[in-house]
Amino acid sequence: MRRFVIGSARSLIERSRQNYQFQRPLLSSSYRLLSSTPAVDSPSSSSSTMAPPVALNTINPKVIECEYAVRGEIVTLAQKLQEEINTKPDAHPFEEILYCNIGNPQSLGQHPITFFREVLALCDHPTILDKSETQGLFSADSIERAWKILDQIPGRATGAYSHSQGIKGLRDTIAAGIEARDGFPADPNDIFLTDGASPAVHMMMQLLIRSEKDGILCPIPQYPLYSASIALHGGTLVPYYLDEATGWGLEVSQLKKQLETSRSMGITVRALVVINPGNPTGQVLAEENQKAIVEFCKQEGLVLLADEVYQENVYVPEKKFHSFKKVSRSMGYGEKDLSLVSFQSVSKGYYGECGKRGGYMEVTGFGADVREQIYKVASVNLCSNISGQILASLVMSPPKVGDESYESYSAERDGILSSLARRAKTLEDAFNKLEGVTCNKAEGAMYLFPRIDLPEKAIKAAEAEKKAPDAYYCQRLLTATGIVVVPGSGFGQVPGTWHFRCTILPQEEKIPAIVTRLTDFHKSFMDEFRG
Amino acid sequence: MGVKALDHESLNENVKKVQYAVRGELYLRASELQKEGKKIIFTNVGNPHALGQRPLTFPRQVVALCQAPFLLDDPNVGLLFPADAIARAKHYLSMTPGGLGAYSDSRGLPGIRKEVAEFIERRDGYSSDPELIFLTDGASKGVMQILNCIIRGQGDGVLVPVPQYPLYSATISLCGGSLVPYYLDESANWGLDVNNLRESVAQARFNGITVRAMVIINPGNPTGQCLSEANLREILNFCHQENLVLLGDEVYQQNIYQDERPFISARKILMDMGQPISKEVQLVSFHTVSKGYWGECGQRGGYFEMTNIPPQTVDEIYKISSISLSPNVPAQIFMGLMVNPPKPGDISYLQYVRESKGILESLRRRARIMTDGFNSCKNVVCNFTEGAMYSFPQIRLPPKAIEAAKDAGKVPDVFYCLKLLEATGISTVPGSGFGQKEGVFHLRTTILPAEEDMPEIMSSFKKFNDDFMEQYEDVKM
Repeated sequence: MRRFVIGSARSLIERSRQNYQFQRPLLSSSYRLLSSTPAVDSPSSSSSTMAPPVALNTINPKVIECEYAVRGEIVTLAQKLQEEINTKPDAHPFEEILYCNIGNPQSLGQHPITFFREVLALCDHPTILDKSETQGLFSADSIERAWKILDQIPGRATGAYSHSQGIKGLRDTIAAGIEARDGFPADPNDIFLTDGASPAVHMMMQLLIRSEKDGILCPIPQYPLYSASIALHGGTLVPYYLDEATGWGLEVSQLKKQLETSRSMGITVRALVVINPGNPTGQVLAEENQKAIVEFCKQEGLVLLADEVYQENVYVPEKKFHSFKKVSRSMGYGEKDLSLVSFQSVSKGYYGECGKRGGYMEVTGFGADVREQIYKVASVNLCSNISGQILASLVMSPPKVGDESYESYSAERDGILSSLARRAKTLEDAFNKLEGVTCNKAEGAMYLFPRIDLPEKAIKAAEAEKKAPDAYYCQRLLTATGIVVVPGSGFGQVPGTWHFRCTILPQEEKIPAIVTRLTDFHKSFMDEFRG
Repeated sequence: MGVKALDHESLNENVKKVQYAVRGELYLRASELQKEGKKIIFTNVGNPHALGQRPLTFPRQVVALCQAPFLLDDPNVGLLFPADAIARAKHYLSMTPGGLGAYSDSRGLPGIRKEVAEFIERRDGYSSDPELIFLTDGASKGVMQILNCIIRGQGDGVLVPVPQYPLYSATISLCGGSLVPYYLDESANWGLDVNNLRESVAQARFNGITVRAMVIINPGNPTGQCLSEANLREILNFCHQENLVLLGDEVYQQNIYQDERPFISARKILMDMGQPISKEVQLVSFHTVSKGYWGECGQRGGYFEMTNIPPQTVDEIYKISSISLSPNVPAQIFMGLMVNPPKPGDISYLQYVRESKGILESLRRRARIMTDGFNSCKNVVCNFTEGAMYSFPQIRLPPKAIEAAKDAGKVPDVFYCLKLLEATGISTVPGSGFGQKEGVFHLRTTILPAEEDMPEIMSSFKKFNDDFMEQYEDVKM
């Protein structure tokens, strides 16, 4: 049953400020209220009578406006509870906080890929490459790879600023990796290495958004980097709803409708964000779907922003990841046909190297003058961190069959991926057993996004505490069990529906206990609030 | 394509306005020439390791161990790594149970922020709160974050020294604000005169700008001057009177090449001045692992420290940090090591001191060599590099040269620098990239080329310059 809000056009064009999001007062975005412009040459009187320059009512209102629930209110509460347990171990009915709010695998016990760390350590301290003892401590192919990488860095200086797009040799490696993945060539000059994928997204929003009249089509639910970035840059988020009833399907007809509606309101839609595999929703797009999306962007002159950071997290045999670059090239579309920016990161996949801040965007289908501007913006920050650049190149060209480290590498990789697939299934099943809860399968990515049918009584209790109903549920869950999840309102959802996002990342041995605690909590919650 | 998706015309205007000469025209031309096989000496950016400065050994040992913690389990690790590096790696790994691969707190690992606070306390004699210290992927990201917070629109102005490091002008453009210049006095060794400040603010207000913040770069970039205590007091009083937040770019605090004016932090003076200033003047101070004698530019490690920013506003700044999740963890460890280096008695202490002193003493010598070298050239006047990493000589271009530049469609100092590049391979940044008084031309070069290469570089420059001056000087009958 379609539950779209097909109501008034206005309600479909949301500012990034969602309905119930956070309870801070909405400050006027007009700084005319704060006039502190003194007369021409008399200095102001004692500053204690004037608002300081950096205060809530004097700072950039876009900063106030934007929100990022993944590390928002619920996490602050969790940290507070953690501190309470640290001082008094029996302060709460649980021993530890389980952070299921954020895709941060290694913080929950996932091990890094040994080969990658070997190479990084050697690049951090190349002096030891000349020592014989090193042979005993590091695999031969990691030593070889480190030499190869160092030879691509002028002076072997890993502590120097590199080219603002990243070290050329590493971009060559990444381009080769893209080509191996897709079967279509990639140009190293199209690649911009960044401190994680997020800064690359910010860069594109900065280029695209001129004013609030510029709109960016974003999936709802979405990863709130997009809503936050659009708000920070003063643009308008144009939502398109994914269809929960069909496994979070993306309908081009929905895209068209939203596009037309926003245009009729004077919004210039500039780009379409597609997250594939989806976050928080986990769906992996079918190739036919992707072709329709490409066609749509081409026809409407939209930049396609393809967030593909979960490209190596696919858990179902019937689906495969296809990059939008591959899909568009396979349709015969080239540089002149489609403006496409593809984002990749070292934070996800099976490598999970969040703390390294490594990633890149591949930028195709833009004129040279636009490319110059992208380069210019990148150059103001000089370059991204070198270690992250090296890691990005390793991720895109890992050990191959025949390499000394291949066996151990592939065992580590397959172990992690199969475990993720198992955890995804276990948690999905557990959620689906809960009263009033339905949960779509996590085909990919790292999250489950179950929908809860909250009883009226619960909704009223939430309202009484001035909380969004799903935030209320999540808070109750946290204080009862120590499990931290993020309310669906942090990602966007069809109004009147409630969800939360839970990662599949706690270690496998912890999962049964999590399921038990969650199930018990949910039962008692429903007992409390059932009509 | 039916409709063009993103063309130059439809780009964000603010982006188009941005200029960042440090990696602009000269650098791009130099890179082209390098590809063609010409030997280029890149002195366009403060990038010590690219010019042969070696990384300090101890931090690299520690971070390598943190990258590959399985090494710590190997009984032979002691053959390659000293015991104190091993201990320090364990210390940092204990701060982050997920190791280097986990997002940390969005403000940075609490343990490292505590080390930074302790460093600040030792340096200044006043306690510092780790909760008000945010680690960032380089100081530049911190500057951008804070300026984005302050600037609401075109009507907001930020006082910036001229000449300045163009991160400031570029960021103000990107944020859609207004740059309010205050001129440093070249004839007074790039000194800061409060009267210039007052004039600039008055002019800005006359133009309807609300001046919100003041940037000081101390030691200066590109100018190198070190602010005196009197200067800092004047500045703090000024910010107090005019209700400005002071942004203290102190990334070169360890690069001091004279003894008359050692580095004093803005925060120390703020606290020294007592109330009301110490409680009312808002200050954000920036530091980095990229400069000093560490020169670890490629790590992208930095921090900012906030003073007198209201708690709820700190929360908002935290919120912005959280969108980027966390600064990169290896650089955080570099920062911890920088503010908390080996101590007397540690196994690595002597090596650390030897390496550090070697670099700093050499920088001091090179600052002198370069200044003197430039001053020996025709029509070139150069203030002494008191600190930082640059030399900013004034090039007195003859009218004919300026004309030739015009004919070539180039700004005069760009014209000169391009010719310098083509003749000698020395890649500098024209003074117009930093701002200068109308009709006065400079170039910025770094003092970073290896000491042994300096004599040749300076004589190469002198030959080019003196020939250039002869070529364009009026022919005397």
